[in-house]
Amino acid sequence: MYQYDSFDQAMLDARIDEFSDQISRRLSGELTEEQFKPLRLMNGIYLQLHAYMLRIAIPYGTLNAAKLRGLAHVARTYDKGYGHFTTRTNMQMHWLKLEQAPDALRALAKVGLHTIQTSGNCIRNTTADQFAGAAADEVCDPRVWGEVIRQWSTFHPEYSFLPRKFKIAISAAPSDRAAVQWHDVGLYILKNEAGELGFRVMAGGGMGRTPLIAKTVREWLPQQHLLSYLEALLRVYNRYGRRDNAFKARIKILVHEIGIEKFQEEVEAEWQEVLKTFEDIDPREVERIARFFAPPPFETLPETDEAYEAALASDPEFARWVEQNVHAHKAPGYAIATISLKATGETPGDISADQMDAVADIAERYSFDDVRVTHEQNIVLPHVKKADLYTVYQQLKALNLATPNLGLVSDIIACPGLDYCSLANTRAIPVAMDIQKRFADIERQRDIGELKIKISGCINACGHHHAGHIGILGVDRRGEENFQITLGGSGAEDASTGKIIGPGFDYDGVVNAVETIVETYRSIREPGERFLDTYRRVGIQPFKEAVYGQN
Amino acid sequence: MARIEIKRQVQHETTAGVLEVEGQLEIRLREDESRNWTQISDDAELPEGGAVVVNLKRLAEVAEDPRFEAIGVRVAAGEDVRQIAPHLPRIRLVELEFPKFRDGRNYSSASILRQQMKYAGEIKAVGDVLADQLFFMARCGIDCLALHPSVREETARRSLDRYKFVYQQASDGRRPIWSLRNG
Amino acid sequence: MPQVMTAYDVPTGDVVYWAGNGWTRDVREAAVFDDPATAEAVAVRDAAAQIVMDYYPIDVELKDGKPWPTRYREVVRASGPSVRLDLGKQAEL
Repeated sequence: MYQYDSFDQAMLDARIDEFSDQISRRLSGELTEEQFKPLRLMNGIYLQLHAYMLRIAIPYGTLNAAKLRGLAHVARTYDKGYGHFTTRTNMQMHWLKLEQAPDALRALAKVGLHTIQTSGNCIRNTTADQFAGAAADEVCDPRVWGEVIRQWSTFHPEYSFLPRKFKIAISAAPSDRAAVQWHDVGLYILKNEAGELGFRVMAGGGMGRTPLIAKTVREWLPQQHLLSYLEALLRVYNRYGRRDNAFKARIKILVHEIGIEKFQEEVEAEWQEVLKTFEDIDPREVERIARFFAPPPFETLPETDEAYEAALASDPEFARWVEQNVHAHKAPGYAIATISLKATGETPGDISADQMDAVADIAERYSFDDVRVTHEQNIVLPHVKKADLYTVYQQLKALNLATPNLGLVSDIIACPGLDYCSLANTRAIPVAMDIQKRFADIERQRDIGELKIKISGCINACGHHHAGHIGILGVDRRGEENFQITLGGSGAEDASTGKIIGPGFDYDGVVNAVETIVETYRSIREPGERFLDTYRRVGIQPFKEAVYGQN
Repeated sequence: MARIEIKRQVQHETTAGVLEVEGQLEIRLREDESRNWTQISDDAELPEGGAVVVNLKRLAEVAEDPRFEAIGVRVAAGEDVRQIAPHLPRIRLVELEFPKFRDGRNYSSASILRQQMKYAGEIKAVGDVLADQLFFMARCGIDCLALHPSVREETARRSLDRYKFVYQQASDGRRPIWSLRNG
Repeated sequence: MPQVMTAYDVPTGDVVYWAGNGWTRDVREAAVFDDPATAEAVAVRDAAAQIVMDYYPIDVELKDGKPWPTRYREVVRASGPSVRLDLGKQAEL
């Protein structure tokens, strides 16, 4: 993966010095909370329900053993021994003390981790396909451009006080594992007939109060022009995005209000101006970065391995885990293994410091020191030899990290909700846990098949409920927790927004309603149909009727 | 970096009304001397001469008037700075308003002025200008900053010098790190 | 409805409650007030001194003579996450 050179490290150290200075000025009273708040947000520190929360950037969802161990150390020393992976592939720690923040940040900097721009009205962490570098269907490793964007967007002097946050995602495969179309800017890397690489640039996607899928701004952008084009696009947003209403300030509202054609015209016109003076990134720098993402030294192996096949035959639990959590790798004899962080009874997406250290050891030994984070709050060992899979599985099992439920009904995405978050209306984690308990039988889960449930404790939609096959939104109904259900959302290349089925439910009611919906699907599905397919075929009516009755 | 000149007791009249400030720091990153500018509000009568600063609405009225030795224009957040293009040769000062420090629109105005319009006169940030924005403002091409009264000189100086390197191009011509790496 | 004043301690981010003679982390030690204006004046003073921030009054009911929040959100703030009973103040309670 990318390694910081002395320039990168100098930038990080300077930012920590600056922020430590700002913290001192806050603690001494020189800065009021109003003045300090945007500064601490730009350094990933929120004030949450119980304490300050620290959001650590994981650029394009990529970690290695040293970074994981660094996270474990910070979790133990400055927090309560665990971390939480978010839907933007960052890690949150919920119990930071502001006075300890400078030390925690320095500990992170030692392993090349930072909290820069993980909040605030600036360009946030760029996320990418968690199978980058391993998947057979990608045209190139999108993380190279993720790193280009990271550097360009860090401390950008013109775009640090945008109307609202700005999120970018990038994918280089037809199968979209990064929810690209749900982002403020979504980039698909494509290859044209001449074999050249370029971007389809999409803009205006987003969750929250007004879920919207991104629209194509440019069908084809030659890859060397990425930064000049983003400069133009951001400038249009910075100048014209609404500033009068925080709920209407994202770029998705601008694109929606002026229309995609007008938006395209503005960006193209600005881009023509930018090109007169802006020097696009030197291809040598792109090559330099690309070298960090070169494939690891894969051994030449046969497609399969005897011991592996034997384990599949003799250990049905292992076979189940492989079937559910393991994907094909582009290199013969290798596999992509996803570690589910959705064990029944555990907070979705949470990982303890001990688990972090253990996964670091496994990754170092069995996955070319490479670990990824997914936007569905799981982690991935991207390069495991099939010959090692059984050993890896057994080690994960001992750590309670081998739940074979990837993409199944118990693989639930949930925001921290009212248990942690000051913005929340309702809890989300216990709803996830209750659904998991209701569907505890793994064979029942496998029979149901792919079903992505996503839960948000408030309209800010950090749980991405709009993109859930079944989405659950927590609302406050006369002081009581109430849960609305949506159906038919998707975060893949067939992106769609979930549709609400009707009035909300109380805490027990929502779990019952989910079960009714699942059973309705099972009763009307055709062979080979996932829940989402059946929903798209029959529409919302059968589910509405089943849940609410014929009236 | 050009010299930093620290002034005190600057008065301003903004589009929102009069803002009188005592003990305010003004940082100047230009070599030339500052002038005595007279702020002219929208409904005020024009003086007989001198250096005048007007809002965008009145720019056309004063810009070609030879009575005035120097013309300045104040651009509110959200106004299109490109509108001053017809009068650019006459303009010596562009004041960019930052009504709240969170309002970043005029960072783009500064960038457009320097990079696209090739404006070489003074660009001054007025309004809610805090120490922690100075580095970014200077990079965008703002070379005079009228600071919020709460800002201390020491903090301001530290803020301007904070980063030895930069990751991206801006108006200041500094080479991005990728350029330094690749010779 | 009886009320107490809550806020956040600036250096640590801890949830605190006005106890009459300083700020306490334990809501059961909080000072129940009849006159919101007095409590507000104290909070304003300490916020200006950057000791606390984000203060606001909360409704409480009395259990064994000690205040306990009525709103669920404030119960979570006073005890800890409902899904991790080993963390937060509930672990010590």
